[in-house]
Amino acid sequence: MSTNTDKPATLLRWVDARFPLMSLWNDHLAKYYAPKNFNFWYYFGALSLVVFVIQVLTGIFLVMNYKPDAATAFGSVEYIMRDVEWGWLIRYLHSTGASAFFIVIYLHMTRALLYGSYKQPRELVWILGMCLYLALMAEAFMGYLLPWGQMSFWGAQVIISLFGAIPVIGGTLAEWIRGDYVVSDITLNRFFSLHVIALPFAIAGLVFLHIIALHEVGSNNPDGVEIKKKKDENGKPLDGIPFHPYYTVKDLVGLTVFLMIFSAVVFFGPEMGGYFLEANNFIPANPMSTPQHIAPVWYFTPYYSILRANTVNFLWIDAKVWGVVFMGLGVLSFFFLPWLDRSPVRSIRYRGGLYKTALAIFIVCFLILGYLGVQPPTETKTLVAQVCTVIYFLFFLLMPIYTTLDKTKPVPERVTM
Amino acid sequence: MRDDAVDPRRRRFLTGTTLVIGGIGAAFTAVPFVSSFQPSARAKAIGAPVEVDISKLESGQRLVQKWRGKPVWVVRRTPEMVETLKSFDPATLRDANSDKSEQPEYAKNAWRSEKPEYLVLVGICTHLGCSPNYVPQAGAPEVGSTWQGGFFCPCHGSKFDLAGRVFDGVPAPSNLVVPPYRFLSDTKIMVGEDKGAAA
Repeated sequence: MSTNTDKPATLLRWVDARFPLMSLWNDHLAKYYAPKNFNFWYYFGALSLVVFVIQVLTGIFLVMNYKPDAATAFGSVEYIMRDVEWGWLIRYLHSTGASAFFIVIYLHMTRALLYGSYKQPRELVWILGMCLYLALMAEAFMGYLLPWGQMSFWGAQVIISLFGAIPVIGGTLAEWIRGDYVVSDITLNRFFSLHVIALPFAIAGLVFLHIIALHEVGSNNPDGVEIKKKKDENGKPLDGIPFHPYYTVKDLVGLTVFLMIFSAVVFFGPEMGGYFLEANNFIPANPMSTPQHIAPVWYFTPYYSILRANTVNFLWIDAKVWGVVFMGLGVLSFFFLPWLDRSPVRSIRYRGGLYKTALAIFIVCFLILGYLGVQPPTETKTLVAQVCTVIYFLFFLLMPIYTTLDKTKPVPERVTM
Repeated sequence: MRDDAVDPRRRRFLTGTTLVIGGIGAAFTAVPFVSSFQPSARAKAIGAPVEVDISKLESGQRLVQKWRGKPVWVVRRTPEMVETLKSFDPATLRDANSDKSEQPEYAKNAWRSEKPEYLVLVGICTHLGCSPNYVPQAGAPEVGSTWQGGFFCPCHGSKFDLAGRVFDGVPAPSNLVVPPYRFLSDTKIMVGEDKGAAA
């Protein structure tokens, strides 16, 4: 028995005696049983991991030519675009990757809303996921300052000023974040550090925790049926299939389609009509003048609309403070979903009309808020934003009521295909 | 007590004190790192007053000058502009008398400046720090038909009159800030210090 074929097995045994390679492989891939009825919506978890890898890899190469210095940052990005071999591609992959990350994450979150994936026992999977969403927002925001264009500068100026709205400590806090009295070279330098070191580490750590938590409780599915309840004599879930090879292969198909669309954007429309890369950001930062019309990148616009919708002083507190409070609550509300949702069923397939209507209205309002966030404010638009903001919060506030009253359908014992 | 027996109370006490002492140590270690985020000595030093030459400023024009990294505006108002300021219904303004706003004592008046003709303002919106646009013409399409001239913030739609007073019903909480300044001559303004000490 000294043929070449058993060499890998010998090596594997050697490694396995020193590192739990096979048990990790089995626990998380080959013998991790996922429900067999995953549909289209289940691509986006794996895809977000792929986009994260794209961002890290392209980021490593961008840092090799980028200069985190207010005097040279803008020029160094143009240098990457014009003079570095293939630099334009690496940069467009990174900038398109940022938007792709949010598209994939929003779809991933929509899936959780459709199928009740945040409900017991997956509360921690959801909360860790929301922490990831927050970390991703911080990562995107800080990355956006780095090209040091007009939108970079004024976007950062506005968002950091949000902290200044906090009573008493606000001013000092905003100064502490900027390290200066205005957004400056000092701010650019520290955002660079956080963008390339601190937050990527935090995101990687949270991804690890998110997946460990998921694999502990097992994946939900479009029927919201708990597959661990029905097991065969070997203890395998009857409705489960091993993640590898079944879902690795399925995800490869999704990945291929995703990369086709992604590449099309990178090659043919990396600016996406000013939504992925805003026109004003091709002008170097000028602290003396704000561009005529500024708007955040599309993935922040729903919250930006909520911020702008607060125009009335209320209870002796400035409209400005309310704007910041509601913007913050708008994001934080998602954390409470597992406890706000009182429905006995998970999936939208077995929920009644009340939840379906509420979710549909919520998604429409979220999209309208997103649209309004890129538009210049007018009286009518502000009014529409105010109505949508109220509905946005009612979706969460009234959830315990309408999910209790909702007429649910009986959930099957086993998953359906 | 036998020597090899476990004393849980003692063990809890030791664990607890180690945690507390270690925690205090960690908190002190964090101080230099947290403090390093504050404005550095160099950032603090760049705050010197600046001289603004207004000899070439025509009536109705605005001049922008950098002071402490922020834009400072000097607007030379026409007599009509100053007249318009008086015609506002104070109820449409959030802080008509500038009681809740930041300005030196000599600028706490109806036109918010030392001399009615020259308005000096920090060009940063009191809402979230954008720099508002100077829109002097009445009825400008981007602001509205009732517009009588002033400053319009493109970021969140805050509106200010030609004295930097904020209108009601917009996100900005207070009037635009007036920096300390003094006239060195008829054509020169020193921004950043007034007759008292430097700000």
